[in-house]
Amino acid sequence: MMSLRAAIVFAAATAATPTLAQDPHAGHDMSQMQGMEGMDHAAHQPQPVPEPAPMDHSAHAGHGAAPAVTGEVGTAPPPTLPTDHPADAFWDPSRMAKAREAFADEDRFTGNALIADRMEYRAVKGRDGYAWQAMGWVGGDIDRLSFETEGEGAFGGSVETAEVRAAWRHALDPWWNLELGARQDFNPGPDRTYAVVGIEGLAPYWFEVGAHAFVSTKGDVHFRLEAEHDMRLTQRLILQPSAEIDLAAQDVPELGIGAGFEKIELGARLRYEFVREFAPYVGVHWERKLGETARLSRASGDAPSAVSAVIGIRAWF
Amino acid sequence: MTNDLLINRRRLLIGSGALAMAPLFPAWAQSAHGGHSGGSAAMAGRNTGGTLSGETIALTIGAARYAVGKRSASAVAVNGTIPAPLIRLREGQNVRIAVTNHLQEQSSIHWHGLLVPFHMDGVPGLSFPGIDPGENFTYAFPVSQSGTYWYHSHSGMQEATGLYGPIVIDPAIPDTVAYDREYVLMLADWSPVHPHIQLKKLKTMGGYYNWQRQTIGGLIAGTDQSLKERLEWANMRMDPTDISDVTGATYSYLINGHDTEANWTALFAPGERIRLRIINASAMTNFNLRVPGLPMTVVAADGCNVQPVEADEIQIAIAETYDVIVQPAEPAAFGIVAEAIDRSGLVRATLAPQIGMSTPVPTLRKRPLLTMRDMGMDMRDMEGMDMAGHSMAMRDFSAAPGVKKGPGVATIAPMPTDRLADRGTGLEDEDHRVLTYSELRARDANPDPRTPTRQIDVNLTANMELYMWSIDGETISDGAAPIPFRTGERVRVNLINHTMMPHPIHLHGHFFELVTGEPGNRPRKHTVNVLPGGKVSFDLTADAPGDWAFHCHMLLHMHAGMMRVVTVRADKEGAA
Repeated sequence: MMSLRAAIVFAAATAATPTLAQDPHAGHDMSQMQGMEGMDHAAHQPQPVPEPAPMDHSAHAGHGAAPAVTGEVGTAPPPTLPTDHPADAFWDPSRMAKAREAFADEDRFTGNALIADRMEYRAVKGRDGYAWQAMGWVGGDIDRLSFETEGEGAFGGSVETAEVRAAWRHALDPWWNLELGARQDFNPGPDRTYAVVGIEGLAPYWFEVGAHAFVSTKGDVHFRLEAEHDMRLTQRLILQPSAEIDLAAQDVPELGIGAGFEKIELGARLRYEFVREFAPYVGVHWERKLGETARLSRASGDAPSAVSAVIGIRAWF
Repeated sequence: MTNDLLINRRRLLIGSGALAMAPLFPAWAQSAHGGHSGGSAAMAGRNTGGTLSGETIALTIGAARYAVGKRSASAVAVNGTIPAPLIRLREGQNVRIAVTNHLQEQSSIHWHGLLVPFHMDGVPGLSFPGIDPGENFTYAFPVSQSGTYWYHSHSGMQEATGLYGPIVIDPAIPDTVAYDREYVLMLADWSPVHPHIQLKKLKTMGGYYNWQRQTIGGLIAGTDQSLKERLEWANMRMDPTDISDVTGATYSYLINGHDTEANWTALFAPGERIRLRIINASAMTNFNLRVPGLPMTVVAADGCNVQPVEADEIQIAIAETYDVIVQPAEPAAFGIVAEAIDRSGLVRATLAPQIGMSTPVPTLRKRPLLTMRDMGMDMRDMEGMDMAGHSMAMRDFSAAPGVKKGPGVATIAPMPTDRLADRGTGLEDEDHRVLTYSELRARDANPDPRTPTRQIDVNLTANMELYMWSIDGETISDGAAPIPFRTGERVRVNLINHTMMPHPIHLHGHFFELVTGEPGNRPRKHTVNVLPGGKVSFDLTADAPGDWAFHCHMLLHMHAGMMRVVTVRADKEGAA
């Protein structure tokens, strides 16, 4: 229960003194309670307040006559910030300290998400395959650890491409995030590790956009631009066009990549959101290797371009 | 100590005929109980019990299971009931309320709108340490006011899971408001999804619960915005359908714990004046309330008497209370309709001369769309103004010097306007009378006639896409400093809403006067709804020393950071 003495001291120290515009005297320690005439504030009934006496406002620049005369709001300075914790006078200070810590941390957000944007079956002439693309994050509003993985393969064969990325994602402004991290590829060919730097976010007109640069441990540099957009045909039926363009700064023969434009991917997926967490879709996916990369592909006996019908599921976990 | 709850153990057959776990209702919230005793007039109804009053009251907080229709979830009950018991006090008495916490987690009770010493205000970490599991804590305070109030938890988002109840305080001198019968109407939203999970979903996708967005189908059908408008809004990355965060997609809407199907019924005899004490105890839902066929005479707002004013519809924001008088002359059923402001759902209760009567459930009205005025850039207000100095950019921080720039602030309203005379979102074009704040006049003279000696701006800020909410661009966990007041000083506070959503802002421990109409009888409130792109000014006499919470009463907004500490301390700076 509250200590009566503490209550009296606190009430005394905070006795009402109608204040007028005053010159600021900064730097007083608010925790020093000065004994004043005690008042019972328990009921907080409005006390009759004397009309403020006219006063000399010449010390304050930028406003006119005393507010009481003109009805205009005055420009008194705010009080200094107190540093005391009055609740400590009533309750166990160590418990209060702990509760204050929890209170001060209550609105800090830490969360996570895992969204598989694509888990699909690809019907291609001759050789059906599969593809996936998923992202997740752990952390707060401004700083998060983000993960991404994507890849594709053919049934009866090995995985064609597979990559995993992890990055520190930092919000630069309301819409755009900086990403710094690493990417590890697990390809049939030589595995590669890259440093990743990029920007991703929400562009005007609700386009989800990403632009990343990859620098491998071997020194080769690649760029990737991605964009997708949700078109709501109805509340639950959503058409999602998407595009991806990959570029290389140099030839990387062992990966079958030539300098310049490597490849372009275009897709359109029509999903039905039974719930946000579960949306099956059908669509079309087109990939085309470009330039020197396409030539290398042809040379190794692969078609440089492929169109597939896709069926899959978008899901949150 | 009266604690003789008449628990109604009758299970309601709801929905598909499945035997639902019906919640235990306190007697005050049971259907067809005939009204409450008390008040100034003879009661036609009977005293139904289930009301706690006197000098000592005991409340027990415990875990429960709550069901609405076919859905159920774990919940928090008080004395075994949801909503919590009605606490009925008398002005001038002293009360001791012993609260025992039987939960596995900390709890607390805040007396919303009651002027209590700050250390009895029930905010853990600010006014007291909180009530630990197994602990008994006694609140003791004098009752210095009268009117309709409520109480709820201030811990762990428990107010969304059942810990809310009404408070009625009878005046020491019998009230001049005449009525024959009275009912408490406690509006609430309930979801089986815990608010922490809701927050996670919203942080992942800002529009997670919004299933009323604009579509290509709608464009082809010619509904909602034109293509040109849609492109303008899309260019700003703004969604004009973002009216509520958590919607009827997950919520059941309740009156006194009953959904439409359960049809909570209040009885009357034709010709009686019935006082409805309406409390919005929702976590995240602002309601439009109407009693089709009956005009409502508003006699009190937030517990304070107002000069009677008639309305056909009231937008009641979260945590506000309104007392209205209705007088049905015919022995017919009348619906009491509380519709969520985004029109994603409603709840209908019934006012009828006998049990078993009801009215057809009204269809939901069309979901409203936000406008440029909700962005704080209404061209109507700008005619004849010199536009040279005004940037129309939506994120020009020079328009709000107090706001800290960062990812959490997506928009700054370029020209926020005073919207106290505006109807609430979605009611702009209704052809019946809709209450606005500017129509409210205090019945009694305002207690403090002084002109404020200073003013402060409080900017309500957000990034709605990332679901970040703040004041002046900062949260308490960011290290935002308290807002200091001197004991007894009179200050004008300007709330400026830079977001596209209304925010019911609540200041603990005080009433303030809305700056609307001539001074002297301005409406006194503890909670005020600030419309999107709008500005609300109130004058405050900081007469309650201590530390107080000051926050948006949308539970998830508060929990995400739209909150501040207000300090009230004796002036140490010497006399002027």
